Amino acid sequence: MNDPIIKFDKVIKRFGDLTVLDELDFEVGRGEKVSIIGPSGSGKSTVLRILMTLEGIEGGVVTVNGEPLWHEQGPDGLKPASEAHLRKMRAQLGMVFQQFNLFPHMTVLRNITEAPVKVLGLSKAEARERAEELLELVGLADQAQKYPHQLSGGQQQRVGIARALAMRPNVLLFDEPTSALDPELVGEVLTVIGRLAEEHDLTMLLVTHEMRFAREISDRVCFFDQGQIREEGAPEELFTDPKEDRTREFLKAVLD
Amino acid sequence: MQLTDYIEPLMQGAWVTVQLTLYSTVLGAVLAFASGIGKLSRHRTINAICVAYIELFRGTSLLVQLFWLYFALPLAGSAIGIDLRLPPVLAGVLALSLNIGAYGAEVVRGAIASVHPDQREAARALNFTERQTLWDIVIPQAIPEMMPPFGNLAVQNLKDTALVSLISLGDLTFRAEQIRNYTQDSTTIYSMLLAMYFGMALVLTVLMRGLERYVTRWRRARS
Ligand SMILES: Nc1ncnc2c1ncn2[C@@H]1O[C@H](COP(=O)(O)OP(=O)(O)O)[C@@H](O)[C@H]1O
Ligand SMILES: [Mg+2]
Repeated sequence: MNDPIIKFDKVIKRFGDLTVLDELDFEVGRGEKVSIIGPSGSGKSTVLRILMTLEGIEGGVVTVNGEPLWHEQGPDGLKPASEAHLRKMRAQLGMVFQQFNLFPHMTVLRNITEAPVKVLGLSKAEARERAEELLELVGLADQAQKYPHQLSGGQQQRVGIARALAMRPNVLLFDEPTSALDPELVGEVLTVIGRLAEEHDLTMLLVTHEMRFAREISDRVCFFDQGQIREEGAPEELFTDPKEDRTREFLKAVLD
Repeated sequence: MQLTDYIEPLMQGAWVTVQLTLYSTVLGAVLAFASGIGKLSRHRTINAICVAYIELFRGTSLLVQLFWLYFALPLAGSAIGIDLRLPPVLAGVLALSLNIGAYGAEVVRGAIASVHPDQREAARALNFTERQTLWDIVIPQAIPEMMPPFGNLAVQNLKDTALVSLISLGDLTFRAEQIRNYTQDSTTIYSMLLAMYFGMALVLTVLMRGLERYVTRWRRARS
């Protein structure tokens, strides 16, 4: 892949004695929509959390837009990133969490405008305008003045998506965005994500158990197993004709 | 001296008690925030100072602190040539607020620590600075958790103000003691004293409940 926006180069991640990522190589192209599937504990969330700078790495290099994420250029080679460097890099990424993680003490509108005002320095009016457009996009224009606990899970997650988009990231990370939802609310969230995937040149990285959805919206699907990409490919290939036994077993288990 | 003659000096004393309670609770809350947040700081010196303050004032009695500030500090001051004599009001307010601040610090620290770590992660993902995360995201969610224990501390503080009568400050207890020395009518005086403290505590409790309702109003918004 020439000029990927995200690149993991022999990345090692450990939690104590547990090696979660063992020299992981992984690339995502500009504007590409990639789904990550795989059994629980295989390191899917860890990949997203490293990108969102919520977890550090023990070895290798992660680059975003050609620049090392967890390192910066020192006089003699790469040195660990400073908080200032992380802040600069973080501006390119946004994340949608499994548990939404909305700010419960702020209205929907303020959840979306707070960071653009405080972090990006937008005026209140600009931030509000941006938020209203995004609420329109996620179908919640009439809920701006509510508090998160007054909304359904599906609505909360759509606010979570709007909140992340308000920062205008280049890359949007979704960590099982529908796993905490009641089944009847999954559809409305997937619809919004699907629309984003279709209409925007945003790079999207989606960890999900919704196989049919992954197949519809992804350019590429990666099957994670024990901190490695066991198999990857176009969704038609991977879902209909997996090469690896592990992939076949996994798909059989989740599709039944 | 008639019963009605008791009222005026007692009301004067009560007003002093109210002022002492108000000033020391407000100053104590400021100290509680500063040292509770400082105890969570990664800055070594700040952390050490806050821990030392909290432990020192929780580990000694209010009465001894009060005597120390009022009687010992001026002597220590004059030994090194500085005038550290405090007016009784100041010594009283200081001792009370340092005390409530040390207990309040644990309340603040605990409430901040109880905010779910997911909230900090969401703030980090949105690129808030650590300071913004603390003041915009974490503390507003921690404050409702602090309110019930703060209410208790405020009432405790009101009751503790009685100790300042021992450094000749004209609070409610001091006035009552004066009248009793004069009339020897212990039963009436102490009964009135009891009722007045109870009344003030009741008002304070209601006020703190009101404050609690105010800071938790976002939780009660209905669909
Ligand atoms: N903070 C942590 N401390 C210790 N172990 C962790 C931590 N986070 C994740 N792990 C472990 O790392 C492995 C991969 O986790 P994760 O990336 O969350 O998997 P997935 O998202 O694929 O289910 C799991 O075994 C998990 O228990
Ligand atoms: Mg996960």
